[in-house]
Amino acid sequence: MVYENPDGVRIGLEIHIQLNKLKTKMFCGCSTDYHNAAPNTHTCPICLGLPGTLPVLNKKVVEAAIKVGLALEGEIAEETQFHRKNYFYPDLPKGYQITQYDFPIVGNGKIVIEGEDGEHVVGITRAHMEEDPGKLVHIGSIENSKGVLIDYNRSGVPLIETVTEPDMRSPKEARRFLDKFRNILEYLDVFDGNLEGAMRVDANVSVHWGTRVEVKNISSHKGVERALLYEIMRQKNVIRRGGKISQETRHYDEGRGVTLSMRTKEEAEDYRYFREPDLMPMRITDWIPAIKETLPELPDAKRARFIEQYGITDMHAKSLTSKIMLADFYEDVCAADVDTKIAATWIADVLLGELNYRDLVIAGGLRGYVGFIGFYNQKNPDRLISIHVRNIVELVNLFAEGKISDRAAVEVIRTMLDTKEKKTPSQIIEEKSLFKAEDDLVTKAIAETIAENEAAVQDYLGGTEKSLNFLVGQVMKKTKGTADAKTARELIIKELKG
Amino acid sequence: MAKWMSVAQVKEKIKESSAEEVTAQYLETIGKSKVNGYITVSEKALEQAKKIDNEGHNGPLAGVPIAIKDNISVVGLPNSCGSKILEDYIPPFNAHVIEKLTAAGAVILGKTNMDEFAMGSSTETSYFGPTANPWDLERVPGGSSGGSAAVVAAGEAPFALGSDTGGSVRCPAAFCGVVGLKPTYGAVSRYGVVAYANSLEQVGPLANNVTDIAVLMDVIAGYDRKDSTSIDSKTEYQKALIEDVKGIKIGVPKEFFGEGIHPDVEKAVWNAIHKCEDLGASWEEVSMPHIKYALASYYIIAMSEASSNLARFDGTRYGYRASGENWHAMVSKTRAEGFGTEVKRRILLGTYALSAGYHDKYYLKALKVRTLVKQDFDRALSKVDVLMAPTMPNPAFKIGEKIEDPLTLYLSDVNTCPINLAGVPSLSVPCGFTDGLPIGLQIMGKPFDEPAVLRAAYTFEQNTDYHTKRPPEVA
Repeated sequence: MVYENPDGVRIGLEIHIQLNKLKTKMFCGCSTDYHNAAPNTHTCPICLGLPGTLPVLNKKVVEAAIKVGLALEGEIAEETQFHRKNYFYPDLPKGYQITQYDFPIVGNGKIVIEGEDGEHVVGITRAHMEEDPGKLVHIGSIENSKGVLIDYNRSGVPLIETVTEPDMRSPKEARRFLDKFRNILEYLDVFDGNLEGAMRVDANVSVHWGTRVEVKNISSHKGVERALLYEIMRQKNVIRRGGKISQETRHYDEGRGVTLSMRTKEEAEDYRYFREPDLMPMRITDWIPAIKETLPELPDAKRARFIEQYGITDMHAKSLTSKIMLADFYEDVCAADVDTKIAATWIADVLLGELNYRDLVIAGGLRGYVGFIGFYNQKNPDRLISIHVRNIVELVNLFAEGKISDRAAVEVIRTMLDTKEKKTPSQIIEEKSLFKAEDDLVTKAIAETIAENEAAVQDYLGGTEKSLNFLVGQVMKKTKGTADAKTARELIIKELKG
Repeated sequence: MAKWMSVAQVKEKIKESSAEEVTAQYLETIGKSKVNGYITVSEKALEQAKKIDNEGHNGPLAGVPIAIKDNISVVGLPNSCGSKILEDYIPPFNAHVIEKLTAAGAVILGKTNMDEFAMGSSTETSYFGPTANPWDLERVPGGSSGGSAAVVAAGEAPFALGSDTGGSVRCPAAFCGVVGLKPTYGAVSRYGVVAYANSLEQVGPLANNVTDIAVLMDVIAGYDRKDSTSIDSKTEYQKALIEDVKGIKIGVPKEFFGEGIHPDVEKAVWNAIHKCEDLGASWEEVSMPHIKYALASYYIIAMSEASSNLARFDGTRYGYRASGENWHAMVSKTRAEGFGTEVKRRILLGTYALSAGYHDKYYLKALKVRTLVKQDFDRALSKVDVLMAPTMPNPAFKIGEKIEDPLTLYLSDVNTCPINLAGVPSLSVPCGFTDGLPIGLQIMGKPFDEPAVLRAAYTFEQNTDYHTKRPPEVA
């Protein structure tokens, strides 16, 4: 099957990611851990751009950029340098941004995504390093704001801007690209996508192979999909009405889900780029071999290995490698004496499902802490919920040994996520009396059920399958849910049909 | 107390009396000043000196007073850069050179007048009014470090720090009859020095004699991790003070004796070269064919960088702020009211030179010329040890004489700005007078070969008496 791309959609992305796993800012010693800090407390004369200050490059930024470049299978420049991008804005304390221009550190890479018609390659044009500006905080709403406050805590946080080729053919592909890109970055341990403002996306989109429009200011993966869907619809309708698409920059209004015109091509800014005279050009070829050695196993490779090593399905492998923390957790579980396939089911299907239901995300900031996995709700990032490897191991083994029903196992996972006290599965099972009922108890319940429900039994024997469900329900009721539903069902059939 | 003292004499005097007394004497002289050399006199100078007396200090400059150009950050003192826009800006951190001076025990007397943001060759563009030349109060002291040169010449400080982007230390040194050095690019940290044109400028010392230049360089020079363009050359400056030029080869670039040069300047410089020959050096003419393009290239690069450097002065975080109905109006008004004419001219020209459509024609071309000028220096200095030429083609001009004609004023940098394009060291030392106005001899060397430059200057100075002459007006 080949995707026809009926509307001739082409999407290219420009993605800014914060290297928020680095401890210090790009050109000064200020901490990057500002998310819960009071405004303007993570600043110094350098990131405030006071006159006379000079930037000193944080080498870790270059190393991280090389790592990203290698992971994207890109070419790492032999020599790289910084430029100034000049424009006036209150969040920009020097009146220019230190960025890269004609010598970006990474060129010509790619990411393979699951496209509309199977594996699809998205080209990476370039990736370069630059500094983040500060942040404006409006007093009141934007429309009737009494004033603007500026927080320079973010000023100077290292960013990598990645520019793709216009290779994506649908909003869904754009979203998948971002998911994959984020996953790779988290594997590299340079990025925590859960932090506010960690990833910002501008999208270039055109339909019928025509003029492209830039959509700015998209802050979530979901937002990208929605913004693009809206923009494609808008462009198709303009053309349908006989209009022409003009080259322009549009702003995405997340609240209303629409794009609004910001400026046309004629109003495009002239950034007067020139080489940053305060920083010397760098030759980085020599750095590459050592950094290559530190590159971790990347998602695609891990996925293939999981299928091979643990005998699990491709779906489970894909799901388990979609987050580095989750992949590490699964491997820690597998390191114990467990059935790896059952473990995969319980983690990938049940645990992830329960997380989704609760709007919990896997914490990205805990790599290196072996032994447990953490989650939090993005609305309440301070309350971290964690589950220990040994508890999942215990749960999987209890289930595999037939000591608890699947319903009981689900209940254990829910309890672990919903209660603050750290309890082992055995403790939870004990307290909630979730142990699987003894066989004679079940047999007794079945006998009683059959005796008490003459009509239902007759219906079932007469061919009404629904009635069997009723009978199983009655058995479960009598055993207070401790019976295994599947076993109960089989036993009833055996009893009635011989 | 003699009004003009070398650092050695100041130290002797401190031993005899106290640092406090020496500082008090300088403050008294400053109080009677006719030159308007200081923008700010430090209220803490006496206290600093007293502290050194009380606690003792064994730094090389213990108790020795110094004047600092007003674009070099000193904690607690305004750093106006000669501009209204920074009139009330007080930096919360010290420049690296100030840290070094403080560690050496120096006492900061105050901050000296300068052309606004170092843009000028006469100190007339300062928001705080012009500084007068101590040799003739109707004349300019040169610029942009005019305040630093004037206070040294007037005996209001034993020595001073300036900054040199296109001649801003050497021009006022020549006009005021003092010694001034523009070190090799990278020799002295620029951290804390408000940038005019980052790729060109260096902090440089001004003093009454060559020895004190070396003393100061030994304190301020060296690698600083806060300045990525700084280089650890491990040069020992005072060790270069050798009174001997035997066998030294001098190159004389004829392009530095071009049209418009004052005949007395030309004569004085040749006399100096011949003096060195008498002392055992040899000289030959060298050709530097691209020097004639240096001035144009220098101004394009300097203005381009300046247009970006000065963008941060927007009234948002510090400094002068005008009121406006929104942020953009506030910024426009702040900059319109806060910057002087010359600064605005250079920002506009620099913005123009970097703009799309003009970038290649002006900025990139200027960079190409810069490479050619650098190659001219490399070639010339591969054959000789030092180059000698006039610092300024003419002596100090009258206040107001050229200020309305910026192009003529720019032309006066013709012999100093090529050095900044090449990044080599260059020193101006007094070598004569015309109508009672000092003339400067410019000695240039290979990158980080300040020792050769200092040795030639020191030998010349020790065998002449120009450096002992004092301005009559203020003596």
